[in-house]
Amino acid sequence: MAVLGGTYVVLLVAMVAADLFYTTPGHLWRALGSPEIRYAIRLSLLSCTLTTLLSLWVAVPIGYLMSRFDFPGRSLLDALLDIPIVLPPLVIGLSLLILFQTPPFRALERVFPVTYAVPSVILAQFMVACAFAVRTLRNTFAQINPRQEQVALTLGCSRSQAFWRVVLPSAKSGVLTAATLAWARALGEFGPILVFSGATRLKTEVLPTTVFLELSVGRLEAAVAVSLLMMASAVVALLLVRAWGGSGLRGVGSVRFE
Amino acid sequence: MISLSHITLRAGTFHLRDLSLEIPAGSHTVLMGRTGSGKTTLLEGLCGLRPVLAGSVRIGGRDVTHLPPGGRGIGLVPQDGALFDHLSVRQHLGFALEVRGWSAERREARVRELADWLHLGPLLERLPAGLSGGERQRVALGRALSFEPPVLCLDEPLSALDDQTRQEILGLLAGLRSRSAITLLHITHNRSEAEQLADRILHLRDGRLES
Repeated sequence: MAVLGGTYVVLLVAMVAADLFYTTPGHLWRALGSPEIRYAIRLSLLSCTLTTLLSLWVAVPIGYLMSRFDFPGRSLLDALLDIPIVLPPLVIGLSLLILFQTPPFRALERVFPVTYAVPSVILAQFMVACAFAVRTLRNTFAQINPRQEQVALTLGCSRSQAFWRVVLPSAKSGVLTAATLAWARALGEFGPILVFSGATRLKTEVLPTTVFLELSVGRLEAAVAVSLLMMASAVVALLLVRAWGGSGLRGVGSVRFE
Repeated sequence: MISLSHITLRAGTFHLRDLSLEIPAGSHTVLMGRTGSGKTTLLEGLCGLRPVLAGSVRIGGRDVTHLPPGGRGIGLVPQDGALFDHLSVRQHLGFALEVRGWSAERREARVRELADWLHLGPLLERLPAGLSGGERQRVALGRALSFEPPVLCLDEPLSALDDQTRQEILGLLAGLRSRSAITLLHITHNRSEAEQLADRILHLRDGRLES
């Protein structure tokens, strides 16, 4: 068992070490100097942050309702919320593309262009990242004793006061974990973005797109340099999740980078 | 006086039907019964945490059947204390007072009074994670009594405590009635605890109350 486990860990470390030895500070510096890559970094940071905020905005109420209330169709909704986690990422991109070909969404696009534009990047990231945030927060709220809210109600709180004053502050580490996971998941998102947003430089290019584009023209050094940047971000995100106690992480799955 | 008149309550598939109960003002009534007999369900119905499907609940002559929990004037001490993880002891004691709009001075005076009575003075800035079982229950008791409710409901508040701590809290509960005209409804499994405190012991058996 130890040999099997050890082999996996050695492989993991060797993989990162190989990337590190392949690249030089010069490669990294040149990559960071490229206007396209600088744009991709900016768009990645902006889109991931917006995606995280949107995900929390949606996942906090869903996670709370799913953890506290029983209603007809609850298990069906529960399974539905997991679809983005289990669906192949490319299929999510394709489904979004097809959705935006339907008449109501085409009408929307005439006023507010989404497909192959920056909003499509955020929407593609959001569809997957939000599912992870929902799962995390659902577990977080389920771990908070409902008696706390009930006592708050007897003390004079309304339902919403009990939520804001008692439940949400108790869920703080879970909210931070959900935010970090959503951010990291959004940063690694590639499949849906490639299909739904395209891979246009200085327009819809995020960091995973950069790796793909640099690789496709044979510039392996730049691809590895950008990969290392993403790897460093992932490590920081995972350390933050650990530091915040990883509350609600059970059953969430892993942060996946494509 | 608390008056439950022909009430029906439901908890999942469990029902309490056509239950009536009168608790005189200022008395200490202990409710006993097997696990699953519906004691906590009854308490939740009284506190407004579970809808009353039929019948009425009156407290001090006022019909509170459809009032929200906070409007009924009932303090609740649950079994495990259910303290708020992120709030200090001081914030627990002042929580209801802040929600109810008491001025900062009145709040501070009340918190000091409760802290003196419950011997919580040196612990005021601590979070629940840093409290012992007995300290947690003292905080839960102080929080429930902070807004001076006419009724206090206790749901097995001593079940998880060691003997010495249990005696300490029993002493506080016995002393409570000499301090105020509060009406207590107290759920316990412990007969000696019941006999030590109660004016009246009721048994909930097969959905019926027996003295």
